[in-house]
Amino acid sequence: MKHGILTDILDYSNRANPYPLYEELRKTPVFHDGDGPYVISTYFDIQSLLHDPRLSSDARNLAATAGDPLAESGEEGAAALPPSFLKLDPPEHDRLRRMTNRPFGPPHSPHRIDGMRDDLRGIVTGLIDNLGDPGRIDLVDQFSYPFPVTMICRLLGVPREDEARFHVWADTLAASLDPDPDSDPTERDKTTHDARMELGMYLAGLIEERRKDPKDDMLSQLAVAHGEDGSMSTMELLSTAALLLIAGHETTVNLITNGMLTLLRHPDVLRQLRETPGLAVPLVEELLRFEPPVQLLPQRTPLVDIEVRGVTIPKGSSMWLILASGNRDPHRFEDPDRFDPYRKDIQHLGLGSGIHSCFGAPLARLEAQLALSELARRLENPQLIEDPPPYRQNAVLRGPRHLYVTCDGIRS
Amino acid sequence: MPDGALEHLKREGRIVVVGASLAGLRAAETLRDKGFAGSLTMIGDEPYEPYDRPPLSKQVLLGRAGAERTALPRRREIDAEWRLGVPAAGLDMAARRVKLADGDEVPYDRLLIATGVRARPWPNEAEAELEGVFVLRTRDDGAALARRLDAGPRRVLVVGAGFTGSEIASACRERGLEVTVAERGDAPLVGALGGVVGAVAAELQRENGVDLRTGIMVTALEGDATGRVRAAHFSDGTTLECDVVVVSLGAQRNTEWLSGSGLGAGPRGIACDAGCRAFDIRGIVTDDIFVAGDVARSPHPLFGYQFLSLEHWGNAVSQAETAAHNMLSESTDRRPHIWVPAFWSTQFGVNIKSVGVPPMGTEIMITQGSRAERRFTGVYGYQGRVIGAVTFDNCRWLQFYQQQIEATAPFPPPFPTVDRRPEGQKALPADFPDPSLPTHGPTITLSGYSPADRRMTFTPAGH
Amino acid sequence: MLRLVVDLNRCQGYAQCAFLAPDVFAMHGDEGLLYDPEAEDAQRARVAQAVAACPVQAILVDELDMAAAQGAGEASHA
Repeated sequence: MKHGILTDILDYSNRANPYPLYEELRKTPVFHDGDGPYVISTYFDIQSLLHDPRLSSDARNLAATAGDPLAESGEEGAAALPPSFLKLDPPEHDRLRRMTNRPFGPPHSPHRIDGMRDDLRGIVTGLIDNLGDPGRIDLVDQFSYPFPVTMICRLLGVPREDEARFHVWADTLAASLDPDPDSDPTERDKTTHDARMELGMYLAGLIEERRKDPKDDMLSQLAVAHGEDGSMSTMELLSTAALLLIAGHETTVNLITNGMLTLLRHPDVLRQLRETPGLAVPLVEELLRFEPPVQLLPQRTPLVDIEVRGVTIPKGSSMWLILASGNRDPHRFEDPDRFDPYRKDIQHLGLGSGIHSCFGAPLARLEAQLALSELARRLENPQLIEDPPPYRQNAVLRGPRHLYVTCDGIRS
Repeated sequence: MPDGALEHLKREGRIVVVGASLAGLRAAETLRDKGFAGSLTMIGDEPYEPYDRPPLSKQVLLGRAGAERTALPRRREIDAEWRLGVPAAGLDMAARRVKLADGDEVPYDRLLIATGVRARPWPNEAEAELEGVFVLRTRDDGAALARRLDAGPRRVLVVGAGFTGSEIASACRERGLEVTVAERGDAPLVGALGGVVGAVAAELQRENGVDLRTGIMVTALEGDATGRVRAAHFSDGTTLECDVVVVSLGAQRNTEWLSGSGLGAGPRGIACDAGCRAFDIRGIVTDDIFVAGDVARSPHPLFGYQFLSLEHWGNAVSQAETAAHNMLSESTDRRPHIWVPAFWSTQFGVNIKSVGVPPMGTEIMITQGSRAERRFTGVYGYQGRVIGAVTFDNCRWLQFYQQQIEATAPFPPPFPTVDRRPEGQKALPADFPDPSLPTHGPTITLSGYSPADRRMTFTPAGH
Repeated sequence: MLRLVVDLNRCQGYAQCAFLAPDVFAMHGDEGLLYDPEAEDAQRARVAQAVAACPVQAILVDELDMAAAQGAGEASHA
């Protein structure tokens, strides 16, 4: 009966609502079929494993990936760069993450993100001002996509005049994570490769420039850093910048889009948010539980045979931790399939946990809080044109490809 | 309950809480949460509403928060009668009355004792009276010491390198003050974490400019003509000029007021069962007197039913909640207090956390990270099982080791981990000092087994 | 004035509070947290963000009137 449930989860036709499949999966908390991955789907198991030092995030510890349909998907072109800290274990992970954090957050840069609140507001206001015909808005292309890319440009210190070029590369790379099955794979790979090369060249040039003439932005600070952890090589820097771009972009797009979709499906909550913008704060946490932008973590492997719920997971096996399923685990959350921003207990797995927990979490939170409260405030009587909306291909970074909305007007 | 006594208690009973600090407050909130509608009296010897102590040796000394601004947030309204600034002076168990120092008597149906501990004073009273000699336990202590540090003393001497002493030294260094730490043991934190980890703490202090002197005792404090401290004399014959001395020699339990009451209370605390009910001096458990927080000593199934005294913030909260629940429950609905000991400290920019009972450990293995980098996880072993763990800037792994302790997992851990270094390939002797010698700062005191155990002695108060 | 306490046994140094309300919460080293136990009223909205964002729900705030905090939420963005 369970045969093929992983195939079903990856199957595009289930993208709009994978939650019944996760519910089925939770009946076998450690699911394993043939030479496929070991799949963990309940809250407490996932939470424990994210803090288990016997688990590695480094693909070099994988014994075999033949049976894992998500192994290294869409990452082929990245082989030229060293692995980012997302795919490293301590101490390398800790060292790179600490260095990346130095110009980003506390203890060394405690006001960086807080100081971007005005920038955030300005970008959101500008994007909503320019939505055009209120009768048909694509919230993805016109809002959710451009917003985080612009934020990352500001954070890294990409000059304003180069932001447009940056958007083109970011879009191409995003598309590569989400390939259209009907397009020509050779052509697709070439486009991706070219964008990656151009972006790499551009960033390398910018890094060079900032080394000579550092400014207050993150790229400058990373380029000239020489703290207790030493300095990043140019290759490490490129890899880190690419990680910030991809990870900071894809996830936020989905968070905001999933958020608007959920609000449009819950008009009462949308109205309450319009009346009380501060509701965005707990609402975004509930959203991270209810519709997390990263559905599962497909890259963990045990360094030794481990036992989970009486099942032995052999050393080197590939493991998936289904965060989105843990978030809907009825043993953890009361009435888990109900979206309720007033929930007292929202300790979700949406941003992971443990040493690999989301690096950009505070920025993602502020982006989503502001985006959703402003959209709620300014869109007059918004309605979904299509429900469910067309989804992106990607089952891991799951979210709508387009979100067509019609409204009566746009408030100032 | 067939006769409805419990319902009656909940509706119009009288509950008295002696001790208006963290444990007392959380117990009171829990009592109200559980539907207690009767009269609630909170008795506290300090004149302040409940406040949080951990910031006193950290934020407050660093000048980032005022000592008077550490009042604890409330979880809910507790509608209590507060008797603050009046210590409890006695207990009449038969008449069910608490006597106050001002002569008042407060009757109770259920009593919770959460009188905590106080700083152990400098043993020579005249020297302790010198201006510039401090202890650090209360809000007033914190305010006075912070004021004195603000004035820029030339040299601070900290006597005792337990957690509080080490945090004080850390704050002094962060403020650019010269500081000497004198410790009787071989290293800082040695009583709580053993010699292997103590050696790391010692390096940390020295790297940060602390003049750390170990294996030494302060034999006398010397004042000038105006009664201000000016020097300290050490057991090795040397003398140190200093204008501030912070005595950080651990804590004493506040049980003297129970002297002669018949309750099983003494210098090691008040013995209670796993359900927080106090034992009387005959070793018989009472049914109307409960204990929580630093003053309690209770048996723990994970640690051989040793009676543990825990000077831990989290224990105060957890034990208070359990005690409050049990005060209002039928015996079959009562819960055991089986909180796994845990504490934290932040000093010299390093976050130190621990779970379990490291001082029971005979061996330690550095399973992750490196001591030289000041980022590591150490696991303590006792009779072939994991009994405790400590992390230095590695706390996200700690819950895994807590599970190992709870599961009585084998020691040394028979598996590889991420970030295993050459130093983590084998276990080392944990190197705790002889437990029969008092140390300056174990935050867990092992005080014997059950009341029937021969090692257990009831020490009458007024020792 | 807003009284608060952090359960530092729960805290794992994710620093969300220090990002979102940097004048109330500060990291001390990579993992340690120091906070002002009595935050100013002006910090109310930021503290509410910190409380909600804490991945281990370790921050306890007194009388956090969510409605008041939400009302102030608008101002904090401005």
